[in-house]
Amino acid sequence: MSKHTLSVLVENKPGVLARITALFSRRGFNIDSLAVGTTEHPDISRITIVVAVEDLPLEQVTKQLNKLVNVLKIVELDPSQSVQRELLLVKVRADHETRSQIVEIVQLFRAKTVDVSPDAVTIEATGGADKLDAMLRMLEPFGIKELVQSGVVAIGRGARSITDRSLRPVERSA
Amino acid sequence: MTEQVTGAQALIRSLEAAGVDTVFGIPGGAILPAYDPLLDSTKVRHILVRHEQGAGHAAEGYAQATGKVGVCMATSGPGATNLVTPIADAHMDSVPMVAITGQVPSAAIGTDAFQEADICGITMPITKHNFLVTDPADIAPTIAAAFHIASTGRPGPVLVDISKDALQAQVEFVWSGTPELPGYRPVTRPHAKQIREAARLLTEAKQPVLYVGGGVLKAHASAELKVLAELTGAPVVTTLMARGAFPDSHPQHLGMPGMHGTVAAVTALQRADLIVSLGARFDDRVTGKLDTFAPHATIVHADIDPAEISKNRTADVPIVGDAREVIADLVVAVQAEQEAGRRGDYTGWWTQLNDWRDRYPLGYDLPDDGTLSPQLVIERLSAISGPETIFAAGVGQHQMWAAHFIKHERPYTWLNSGGAGTMGYSVPAAMGAKVGMPETTVWAIDGDGCFQMTNQELVTCALNNIPIKVAIINNGSLGMVRQWQTLFYNQRYSNTDLHSKHIPDFVKLADAMGCVGLRCDNPDDLDATIKQAMEINDRPVVVDFVVHQDAMVWPMVAAGTSNDEILAARDQRPDFGDGEE
Repeated sequence: MSKHTLSVLVENKPGVLARITALFSRRGFNIDSLAVGTTEHPDISRITIVVAVEDLPLEQVTKQLNKLVNVLKIVELDPSQSVQRELLLVKVRADHETRSQIVEIVQLFRAKTVDVSPDAVTIEATGGADKLDAMLRMLEPFGIKELVQSGVVAIGRGARSITDRSLRPVERSA
Repeated sequence: MTEQVTGAQALIRSLEAAGVDTVFGIPGGAILPAYDPLLDSTKVRHILVRHEQGAGHAAEGYAQATGKVGVCMATSGPGATNLVTPIADAHMDSVPMVAITGQVPSAAIGTDAFQEADICGITMPITKHNFLVTDPADIAPTIAAAFHIASTGRPGPVLVDISKDALQAQVEFVWSGTPELPGYRPVTRPHAKQIREAARLLTEAKQPVLYVGGGVLKAHASAELKVLAELTGAPVVTTLMARGAFPDSHPQHLGMPGMHGTVAAVTALQRADLIVSLGARFDDRVTGKLDTFAPHATIVHADIDPAEISKNRTADVPIVGDAREVIADLVVAVQAEQEAGRRGDYTGWWTQLNDWRDRYPLGYDLPDDGTLSPQLVIERLSAISGPETIFAAGVGQHQMWAAHFIKHERPYTWLNSGGAGTMGYSVPAAMGAKVGMPETTVWAIDGDGCFQMTNQELVTCALNNIPIKVAIINNGSLGMVRQWQTLFYNQRYSNTDLHSKHIPDFVKLADAMGCVGLRCDNPDDLDATIKQAMEINDRPVVVDFVVHQDAMVWPMVAAGTSNDEILAARDQRPDFGDGEE
């Protein structure tokens, strides 16, 4: 199954996220990753959803999402035509012998050390999933004490903005 | 028009402004403020039901008979959760309905307060949309939005949950119609290119079928459908939700398709080279085993809901639009084809269809022991009460017999629970229909199992001058389940015998509820009993038709099998000339 990144513009109202996640679960689709935040328009939130489905069920889930009254617009972002990033914070076991090796890995991946203590280092990294996976594989031998990851956020390349276009009436078709 | 009122008064004024004339409901703690101004309303009639489920189905029956939005009202917690079944039912059958529920005061929401239930959360997957209102200023625009959403596009139920403090607070009442809903813009105009393609396919097809669903009734497109059918000469099948959309007496009508469809309708779809689906959704009860359904057919699928198109069966020509506009445009496009000298030739197809229809007509055997046949009861009910009568069926064998043996000639005279299959639908739905259409005879055709789920609404009918008529097709058992036990569980009748030929005594029960109770167990008395029931119009009438227990619904396609395996009657597979008889 291929992964698809959907940008969903929704009205910024209570309960909208629940409607969307509930729709995925009841129609039998799994969400790989999800990130929500406000946009440049205070009334509009943007939800970035990564799903692993075939094309046909993807079309069905998109249509079902479009039926939600609070959903304004859905755009699938092609990985080659968009920038996709996730944020990762990881706490790695480190002592005076390993700390410099860890810092070297951090530099290699253009990550940042955001906190240091005598027996641990906390690292902040952003990037695509491949880069973050690679960095984690390098850090694993030192001992990962704690890991937290955001969902993917994504934006299309070029000058056009999907929020602008959504303010015009959107014709929906099959 | 602005004026300082309570939130409750704003609610009732909003209902009046939305054109509501009837509300079915029961008061309780959280909705109590709304009931006070309701007492003063001269426009809204509130009908006090006996169970919230009855209020919900009554709103559905009202909506399905009149085409207007049905309204039901209940209090928070259990009042609201009792509406869940009719809301789910309305969602499955696309019935326009607005449900208004009281909610605990906003400060108490989330604290597990007395009679608190998260009804918005509970009904999220079974409503078209729902709202929680805690600000009195939102009441009027939310009610306006609810009626707009419920009645436009693909209709459906909308729930408005209003906290008690919002109902009690003071607010300036402003009715300014439907607010801006930027995420709700149903497409009703079909795409011209797709229409032309569909018309071209109809002209080229040799074996087309017009597959008509409930959307045609929702769109008030029966007249347009008749024009299209007669212009093309194509056969028509009407689904359980569309009975009445095309007259049963029309020579091009093959009847109902599906698990219990006619041999001609099921087989026509199965052997078609073109299916033009109009407001239908390729439900599993119609298609049977999906990957064997209509294997040679090109699919034109027209629906107002884009998500229905290619959901189950991939459409070759998808058309998003209102069924009435789609059919009207198709008529014009087919006329253009014909004027250009292109006309479909279905002569061979009709020879085949008529052969199936002649050899495998609907029918039934009368019981050998001289007892009453349930199919005969329904056939006589239809014949004696006439084509303008509204019939509301429950769910089960009697529903299928009613779908077949009532002569469905007119739209909006057949009400039933199609998608959800809700036992207990018929009595309250008949009540709602009668309130909406007081001059029309309304018969509930119910099973003895269904009747025992919601018959308390006959008290509501008796007290509110709603003289419906109820035919209990009493075979003493959960008949459809028993039929499956007969066919697929070696006649092991686990928990399907209701003993309802003995207990309760339906005649006495009817009498106790302020209705006239009649009983008929002899074919010789059948017509006289029905005529007697027809003459009583000052009270509800309940007729206990005690019928043969072992009658079965035929034809039948067993669940999970292909529609090619249809049985015209028990152990009788039609001869399709394919050597598999």
